[in-house]
Amino acid sequence: MYTILHKRSLNPSVTLMKIDAPLVAKKARAGQFIILRVNETGERIPLTIADHDAEKGTVTIIFQKVGGTTFLLDTLNEGDALLDFVGPLGRATEVDGYHRVAVVGGGVGCAIAYPEAKALHAAGAKVDMIAGFRNKDIVMLEEEMGAVSDRLYVMTDDGSNGNKGFVTVKLQELLDEGNAYDLVIAIGPLPMMRAVAELTKKYGVKTLVSMNPIMIDGTGMCGGCRLTVGGEVKFACVDGPEFDAHQIDWDGAMKRLGQYKEEEHECNLMKRFGKQ
Amino acid sequence: MAVNKQMEKTPMPEQEPQIRAANFEEVAKGYTVEMAVNEAQRCLHCKTRPCVSGCPVNVQIPDFIAQIAERDFEGAYQTIRATNSLPAVCGRVCPQESQCESKCVRGIKGEPVAIGRLERFAADTHMHAETECAVKPVPNGHKVAVIGSGPAGLTCAGDLARLGYEVTVFEAIHTAGGVLMYGIPEFRLPKTIVQREIASLREIGVDIETNMVIGKVLSVDELFEQGFEAVFVGSGAGLPSFLGIQGEELLGVMSANEFLTRINLMKAYRDEYDTPIKRAKRVAVVGGGNVAMDAARCAKRLGAEHVYIVYRRGENEMPARLEEIHHAKEEGVEFLFLTAPVQVLGDEGGRVTALECVDMVLGGPDASGRRRPIEVEGSNHELSVDMVIAAIGNTPNPLIRTTTEGLEANRRGCLVVNEETMQTTREGVYAGGDVVTGAATVILAMGAGKHAARSIDEYIRGKGR
Repeated sequence: MYTILHKRSLNPSVTLMKIDAPLVAKKARAGQFIILRVNETGERIPLTIADHDAEKGTVTIIFQKVGGTTFLLDTLNEGDALLDFVGPLGRATEVDGYHRVAVVGGGVGCAIAYPEAKALHAAGAKVDMIAGFRNKDIVMLEEEMGAVSDRLYVMTDDGSNGNKGFVTVKLQELLDEGNAYDLVIAIGPLPMMRAVAELTKKYGVKTLVSMNPIMIDGTGMCGGCRLTVGGEVKFACVDGPEFDAHQIDWDGAMKRLGQYKEEEHECNLMKRFGKQ
Repeated sequence: MAVNKQMEKTPMPEQEPQIRAANFEEVAKGYTVEMAVNEAQRCLHCKTRPCVSGCPVNVQIPDFIAQIAERDFEGAYQTIRATNSLPAVCGRVCPQESQCESKCVRGIKGEPVAIGRLERFAADTHMHAETECAVKPVPNGHKVAVIGSGPAGLTCAGDLARLGYEVTVFEAIHTAGGVLMYGIPEFRLPKTIVQREIASLREIGVDIETNMVIGKVLSVDELFEQGFEAVFVGSGAGLPSFLGIQGEELLGVMSANEFLTRINLMKAYRDEYDTPIKRAKRVAVVGGGNVAMDAARCAKRLGAEHVYIVYRRGENEMPARLEEIHHAKEEGVEFLFLTAPVQVLGDEGGRVTALECVDMVLGGPDASGRRRPIEVEGSNHELSVDMVIAAIGNTPNPLIRTTTEGLEANRRGCLVVNEETMQTTREGVYAGGDVVTGAATVILAMGAGKHAARSIDEYIRGKGR
């Protein structure tokens, strides 16, 4: 069993949990993910590792309540335990050798963009971070992101924090100012990552995105997470989760993510938690 | 004792096809005591014991059959158990027709003795009897790590534990059993039976650690550092092959692994479980092995109106167990032999609408000895379906090979071993089962696990000298 040592709400729909998982914490690197199962009847869901502490033996996960399992997960409290917690899975982000990096996070994606920025910053890169949210009330991890980036730009869709615009608006501005990034990392909802990819392609800047498709085992066994990258079938769980954003078949990826929408609505958990 | 001259096997009661095609309960119900004793009396007890030579794990078949005939059922179980770690599993899923039963002298004129059914009977009787706890062997002070808790790993672990080794099995997913849990459906191999078999291994001291992806959370080198003196790799062939045709990215196309894992491991067919599953109306399963039969029969049970097996060769070339093909037919699965998929067609939303196929004819034998299928030009036709399941095989997962130095693999990604010892190209690391052979059967994997256990024992004893 994997005990929840700490739980904190980052905004009304996003929760942070520190999980007691010493073996995973010891090996975890930025960019990797875990798979968890809340209880015996639960699904296995992948979540990217938001932070880890090898000494304390903890792994931090941050999740948005979007489906049955994340609603269920959010009902657990400090002292409760998860039935299964396996990882670290997937390939870690290559952080060495970059000088100027822009890390772009969208919404809950900032939870994953943050450790990337942290790792790149620690590896000596100069990091600009752009974090986008719908409005100022759901801004999260501002302090943490500020601490690991040279410049942090928090954008809101509605302008409620004074910086109106999508993350791509700010990114384009920075690119136009002549910031010579050797890498852009974008993590967030698929449409946002796709928009970043389309933008940076014009500027010829290498861009990585972290994909979060439907998975079961997370070790290459089911093929549920497959996507087309550069015309080849790749498994996000073992070949990713990070891929070259300019090579991804975005239409295909978006369709696959919506595959079980109908079933999700029927599922017991949604009946149980749907009203929240 | 007089031999029972009955020419046919004593039939085993089964659920009626129409009824079972709508539930996930076990199809075959097993022998009663009287049926088992009757069938056991058909054994001739040949001096040469040909059946034993057909068994990859060397079960002393005539001995246990004699014990059943004498109504010493626990004795029969112990005889099987002496060489077979998973009797209740083997009695259900072994391809007996190509192994022990194929050698049975009774099979020359009539049907062979139903060895598989008798094995199952002995194992099930033992389980129902709730006999006393197994005795833990005296520890010999040596530690062995086993990677993977499928049939190869469990057999290797069981055999080593009985020799006094302290064995730890590392399993990547949350439940031990490997393909027995995620692959083979409940109606063919009830999961409670697999778990009982695993529990009996735990009773003799085998430690099973789940959620441990070796190659990620720990490397093989780290296992040696932790004091394990040998490592057995039984990680199976878990990487699904796809068809490599146009339209494979469409929604509704999936690997048999995914389909079966959702159903068997995650129990998506039961309301109280959260994992979703698509309930398609018309399903094409591509492939002709046991996995294809399992996927087709599951699709039927999930309510599909039409389930097609699309297989590029003929019925005689099908690698599936005869019983599975027979059961699938009884349940209404439609077989399209000499038919190969060309592309998957979809609608604007990206969902599968049809599988375009071509007819095939059989030519001369290929490298596998089976007749090579050749496409009939201009025979393209569409099969209207809303789900396509690829059951065309699996290859070994590269995770261990790519994170362990000194492990050589062949071009299909299978680990290279010395066939005498099952040792890989690295000292102290042994391997067996699908990770070496590519996708094969439960019993061959068990045979390999057993073989490796013997070699590991010799290796560790040799080191002490």
